[in-house]
Amino acid sequence: MDSVVASVHDVTKTYLMGELAVQVLHGISIDFYQGDYISIMGPSGCGKSTLMNILGCLDQPTSGSYFLGDKDTSLMNDNELSAIRGARLGFIFQSYNLIPQLTVLENIELPLFYQGHTEQHSRRIATELADRVGLGDRLHHRPFELSGGQQQRVAIARALSNDPLIILADEPTGNLDSKSGAEILKLFDELHQQGKTLIMVTHSDELAERSQRQIRLRDGRVESDDRLS
Amino acid sequence: MTDSVNHATAASALQRLTQHLRPVYWTRLRKTAEVGIKSIQAHGLRSLLTVLGIVIGVAAVISMLAVSEGASFEAQQQFRALGSNNIIIKSVKPASMEASGGSNMRPQAISYGLTYEDILTIQQTIPGISNVIPSRIIKKDVRHLGRDISTDVVGTTVDYPISRNYNLRSGRFFSADEMLAQRNVAVISDEVASALFPMTNPLGESIRIDGNYYNIVGVMEPEAYSNLGRSQAGSSNAAPTRIFIPLSAARYRFGETLVRQAASGVEMETVELHEAIIQVEDQDQVEAVGQIIEQILERRHRRVDYAVEVPLALIRQAEESALRDQIVAGAIAGISLLVGGIGIMNIMLASVTERTREIGIRRALGARKQDIVQQFLIEAVILSGVGGLIGVVIGILIPVVISLFWGMTTIVTITAPLLAFSISALIGVVFGIYPSIRAANMDPVEALRHA
Ligand SMILES: Nc1ncnc2c1ncn2[C@@H]1O[C@H](COP(=O)(O)OP(=O)(O)OP(=O)(O)O)[C@@H](O)[C@H]1O
Ligand SMILES: [Mg+2]
Repeated sequence: MDSVVASVHDVTKTYLMGELAVQVLHGISIDFYQGDYISIMGPSGCGKSTLMNILGCLDQPTSGSYFLGDKDTSLMNDNELSAIRGARLGFIFQSYNLIPQLTVLENIELPLFYQGHTEQHSRRIATELADRVGLGDRLHHRPFELSGGQQQRVAIARALSNDPLIILADEPTGNLDSKSGAEILKLFDELHQQGKTLIMVTHSDELAERSQRQIRLRDGRVESDDRLS
Repeated sequence: MTDSVNHATAASALQRLTQHLRPVYWTRLRKTAEVGIKSIQAHGLRSLLTVLGIVIGVAAVISMLAVSEGASFEAQQQFRALGSNNIIIKSVKPASMEASGGSNMRPQAISYGLTYEDILTIQQTIPGISNVIPSRIIKKDVRHLGRDISTDVVGTTVDYPISRNYNLRSGRFFSADEMLAQRNVAVISDEVASALFPMTNPLGESIRIDGNYYNIVGVMEPEAYSNLGRSQAGSSNAAPTRIFIPLSAARYRFGETLVRQAASGVEMETVELHEAIIQVEDQDQVEAVGQIIEQILERRHRRVDYAVEVPLALIRQAEESALRDQIVAGAIAGISLLVGGIGIMNIMLASVTERTREIGIRRALGARKQDIVQQFLIEAVILSGVGGLIGVVIGILIPVVISLFWGMTTIVTITAPLLAFSISALIGVVFGIYPSIRAANMDPVEALRHA
């Protein structure tokens, strides 16, 4: 009954290292549904980040197709990929990736800035989101003045600012202590309850427990895809 | 039919688009500029050192041009005061005579210089000459009551003041009638007036030269430039103190042979005319007439005991030398701006490398390549523009300081700072392009993985 928001079909990815071709993904096919909360797991080097980059339109598959919404991303040029990243996707990185010279508010506004929204509109949304992740009192602080957990919450607010179709989080708690990590996961639970589509890479079974669908990769293939109830 | 409909919808769509984009576009530009300023501020000293080349280049060019412009203006002003339609011919004592005069035991008159015959020939053979104003210049002591002053007594014709744009302060110049009648009337320069008549009005008073009294009918205004030709009868650099009397009177009173007390004994020299101003009707003909005069005098004189000065040619020379200065300034500007530009490129490349991760983040959040190009270009332009601005300020201050401390005339034109600033901004664009494109072409995944 839930609609498909994104789907990869028989996706492969091969890196050329000099003359050596290294195939990282060997034909991955997954459908992502509206409101899914997915955790992607697997041993180091199995291709999780590579897949996330493709899902995030930061990279394109060597073969296979990737539909985001109703759009085939394999046909897109660089500008269109940029546009779809800005409009449809939210990124949360392991190392937060905030821009150091910008304030909390400006970091949250950044996707809206590239979408060409007006200043007032951006400011309103960014302020709302900062409040929502519990940083309403830190609007004009710079990233280095914040703890890791706080920075990651800014990153979450930033990922939400353009109301994306999918939120992609590659090991979002990897750099955090368990308490800060728990706060992040609490936010994810909230987002899930609000019906957002979340895809999270994690190494921790404990974290994966909280998601509603677990996908395991091994050597660039889908090993298992379990929906928990 | 369908064509026009399509046209209309396209136009309205475009209008809608621009309506929506305009304010956003400017906001974006402003915000991008803000980011640029922030990252420049983050490396204050480094940025300052980077733009130093541009600062020095711009400042050097503006101040060089100001000095050259000032010098050329002054020169032109001087030559223009001599009259751009005038040709001035002068008697010059040939160097060979100077030596022979000293070894004699018996004084013997030496004669040289321009003659009435010369002037007449010139006036009669060359068409387009509107007026000739000959003068004799004799060094004399002038007395009034207890005071006396050594001055150039200039015997000339009534048109002298007009030919040189030299105005009267009070009274009048002597008249044609007085000229004809060889009257003892005098017009004195402002300097003579203040030396001989510090308290009283000189008009109507008499001065004595060699036992003859001359009635003062006019006082000239002070000279803005000492451009009335250097004294022929000795003093070369003294303040231009002058008395003008009718040429006819000068001839009658002083004769043509002047006796002078020199170190070796008495020296006598015969000079008919010391100077003549030849006015040419058409300014375009001045230089040609000057050449013809030169030829005529060459034919008529055995020695070069004359000089021909063409103020217009001197104006041209001043203009040419200003142009030369401008070319030199331009070359210096070019080199220092090139160096400055390379500095900017260098620093922008460093900045791009340092901010690789930021570029990756921006790309992930929806920045297109052109957004990244724009960001780094704006930063480069701000950098070079600020350098240019500092350069303009310094470049305007330096001529002021030069004027204050050395009394040189300097002129800062509007174009020099404007041009220098625009070029420096352009340098930012030109040398910012490569680093910006390099930034934009980074692979987002690679950039995000960058430490
Ligand atoms: N640009 C690249 N060029 C060559 N090989 C690459 C490139 N990027 C990734 N790889 C290789 O692809 C494989 C998968 O990498 P990936 O980053 O997707 O692993 P991962 O599952 O995210 O691992 P981890 O859990 O350690 O983050 C690795 O063997 C890696 O060396
Ligand atoms: Mg990874």
